[in-house]
Amino acid sequence: MNPLTLNHYLLASGLLFSLGFAGVMLRRNIITIFMCLELMLNAANLSLVAFSRFHVGTDGLPNYNAQVLVFFIITVAAAEVAVGLAIIVALYRARQTTHVEDIQSLKF
Amino acid sequence: MSPILFWLFTALMLAFGVSVILNRDPVASALSLVASFLCLASLFVGLDAFFIGVIQILVYAGAVMVLFLFIIMLLDLKAEKRRSFNEFALVGGAAVSALFVAGLLKVLSVFPAGAQPFPALGVAKLDDVRLVGITLFTRFNLPFQTVGVLVLVASIGVIVLSRRQLK
Repeated sequence: MNPLTLNHYLLASGLLFSLGFAGVMLRRNIITIFMCLELMLNAANLSLVAFSRFHVGTDGLPNYNAQVLVFFIITVAAAEVAVGLAIIVALYRARQTTHVEDIQSLKF
Repeated sequence: MSPILFWLFTALMLAFGVSVILNRDPVASALSLVASFLCLASLFVGLDAFFIGVIQILVYAGAVMVLFLFIIMLLDLKAEKRRSFNEFALVGGAAVSALFVAGLLKVLSVFPAGAQPFPALGVAKLDDVRLVGITLFTRFNLPFQTVGVLVLVASIGVIVLSRRQLK
């Protein structure tokens, strides 16, 4: 079997990202849309970690700057999930729905 | 990482990703997302990023998904039965995703570094957590402190958003 290359990981990451994007476009339930956003964030993390492992420096170690960026992405995503879900709960209290088609106050 | 494991975990990750989109029940979607993140964590471990793999399981498959399931059950969401997919969104989402993958394939076909195998590490034993910690606390110390403030602001914001409005 052929050895793994950077392209394998970048392609896997791109496929995961497009799955997340298709989910954001297709789904009407706001919580599922939120889950698909998480898929897209994680696809970006996968390509960052692959680049980190690919870029072995002169000391023979992976490039840890990319892994620290992944750490920050995970932290910010966790904060984003907490705030987003609180907004969804507040929305559900006001409108009793989580379907984006039922929320049209800002629609022109 | 052995190529067989890579293909296995990538296939599982993408299959569970499709399952997130296609399931009508939000609880099934959330559990598929957990499985997808577990496969992604094993890909991270295969790339010698042990710390990130463990954080992925602890934070995403643990904390974030518990929060999702908690909210789904708190709001008592039922599977959407009456609604079907919007045709415009179906065509648009599929077309843009296909365009994105086609563009990515085109870029990767002319990307010379992408066709090379991963170089071997120069050390026998990788002190992954120590090295991430050194990078985090020296070079990226200021962003790290800033992220701490962000998490504080987010938690205060969540409390303000989710308390009942007292008249």
